[in-house]
Amino acid sequence: MSDHNPRTPPRKSMTFDDNTLAEIRRAAATGIYDIRGGGTKRKVPHFDDLLFLGASISRYPLEGYRERCDTTVVLGTRFAKKPIELKIPITIAGMSFGALSGNAKEALGRGATLAGTSTTTGDGGMTDEERGHSEKLVYQYLPSRYGMNPTDLRRADAIEIVIGQGAKPGGGGMLLGQKISARVAQMRNLPQGIDQRSACRHPDWTGPDDLEIKILEIREITDWEKPIYVKVGGARPYYDTALAVKAGADVVVLDGMQGGTAATQDVFIENVGMPTLACLRPAVQALQDLGMHRKVQLVISGGIRCGADVAKALALGADAVSIGTAALVAIGDNDPRWEDEYRKLGTTAGAYDDWHEGRDPAGITTQDPILAQRLDPALAGRRLANYLKVMTLEAQTIARACGKSRLHNLEPEDLCALTMEAAAMAQVPLAGTNWYPGKNSF
Amino acid sequence: MPVFDLSQTPLRALNSALHGIEHGANDTLFEITNPRGSHAVAVGIDRPVNVEVHGSVGYYCAGMNDGGTVTIHGSAGPGIAENMMSGTVIVEGDASQYAGATGRGGLLVIKGNAASRCGISMKGIDIVVHGSIGHMSAFMGQSGHLVVLGDAGDALGDSLYEAKLFVRGQVKSLGADCIEKAMRLEHLEALAVLLEKAGVIGVKPDEFKRYGSARKLYNFHIDNAEAY
Repeated sequence: MSDHNPRTPPRKSMTFDDNTLAEIRRAAATGIYDIRGGGTKRKVPHFDDLLFLGASISRYPLEGYRERCDTTVVLGTRFAKKPIELKIPITIAGMSFGALSGNAKEALGRGATLAGTSTTTGDGGMTDEERGHSEKLVYQYLPSRYGMNPTDLRRADAIEIVIGQGAKPGGGGMLLGQKISARVAQMRNLPQGIDQRSACRHPDWTGPDDLEIKILEIREITDWEKPIYVKVGGARPYYDTALAVKAGADVVVLDGMQGGTAATQDVFIENVGMPTLACLRPAVQALQDLGMHRKVQLVISGGIRCGADVAKALALGADAVSIGTAALVAIGDNDPRWEDEYRKLGTTAGAYDDWHEGRDPAGITTQDPILAQRLDPALAGRRLANYLKVMTLEAQTIARACGKSRLHNLEPEDLCALTMEAAAMAQVPLAGTNWYPGKNSF
Repeated sequence: MPVFDLSQTPLRALNSALHGIEHGANDTLFEITNPRGSHAVAVGIDRPVNVEVHGSVGYYCAGMNDGGTVTIHGSAGPGIAENMMSGTVIVEGDASQYAGATGRGGLLVIKGNAASRCGISMKGIDIVVHGSIGHMSAFMGQSGHLVVLGDAGDALGDSLYEAKLFVRGQVKSLGADCIEKAMRLEHLEALAVLLEKAGVIGVKPDEFKRYGSARKLYNFHIDNAEAY
């Protein structure tokens, strides 16, 4: 055997990759699981795996910048006396004051209002600033009932009963003590500085039959004026959608696993729930089977980033989308301008996810008054409005190319899939074929 | 005095009338007959009205009550006076699960027994139960008082925050982080006031034991993992 035998290069395990090894060492050193914010970071089939076909001889396109493409949508047409009319089919998802700073919540309200859409409260209740700056505000009714009261129910524009969220279907929440400021503690009726747990299920109802009665109660309290949404995480979208409809929902909000959370165990975020793309078609199917498609509106969320995602979601049957993480990025989250400070926290812009620690250099996921001051709510609101307008223009551009005078006229027939997985989930043909897995029982 | 016969009148008409009362109105006594287990009876009251319900009610009677006095001459289904803000709710009979759930204020008096999860997630409400309560009562109770003249079921006060629990009879078991605590003068005085407000006669505060949070689970620690 020679000393000069060729050596193979060092090879790392695909199973025990760098991230896995680092997590094992971190767990061994600390004795506690990793908690972080955001949604899944693993690659999952998504809207990127779909393409629009565009117009051709058999399809007639509309002239960009000349021919109108309607973007409006009305949510809550089933029972509510006062449905919500939105100029664009993109809403801002629920994020709590507590998880976010007051300035960040105000910015979301300002941006949504400028763009003609709604924003949503979160666990912890409604603040006056948020209500004041949000023309259309959806008030979340969560298992914790932190800050819940009939006055705010009545001054909301819609009510969203939260059963789950995509980042953690079946999980509750945890706002760690460092973010429980005096004001957050007062709103939630808890001692300052303790870890605040949000229950994973509602305290006074169990199952769909009870939910129907709970919805009745809320409708009676609000005199049947407000649209009532039911939000579920992406677990069993066909049955959850059907049960929400049966229980009397005006709107179903369905959140896939790319949807973010303020703080949850990494193992939960990465291993529970289904990708947004896999959730959408079963939910639409449930509505169609019940004859309720477009009568009960469907809002899809989880990883929506651009107008193409919006257009694809609508083409697959959603009535609107909701954004959370993207909205935070638009107002300044993970911005490279704070790179020096991200590095001091052991991370880098684009990867910062320790939102629960309350040390966000961008002043968004914090209750530290000095950090929070860094976010100018008026400027950040303007940025969010710009972003929402760009998304809308992008979606319109695609819709016109498909010959649609209304975003909601987009349909599955306008799409093809790049991968077998996406074809199966979206139930649109694999590109270049007329087939998708499951079609014709094949 | 408006009388609503729920065998003849829709629930909507009742709740709408309760919500439509003007400030300073004289006609603030409502009578409800034949509730027959109806759900959401007299919910969302936001005025100091008096409502007398003759019969038993279903889910969420007097839900989110804010200032009204509601008396049920019968028994109540799940979630009686859920998320009450202020006022008084009296159940002459028994109450089902989740009585007073998440209540933020006011007084709930149950003259019979209450089932499981009585006072779950309570946030300031005072609850007085003349009889006994079921398991998991005051789970995650944040503030307010739960007074039980009879016995308490399993896992009383599990994951309790700052709610104060007083039980006169036996406690089958305590939940995670709930412990018996010394009954100090301030507690005896507060209990005496509550008993009087709840119409309890011939029972002394020193017959009760006090239970509260050990506060060991207030901040997560891995060494407490078996308690989570």
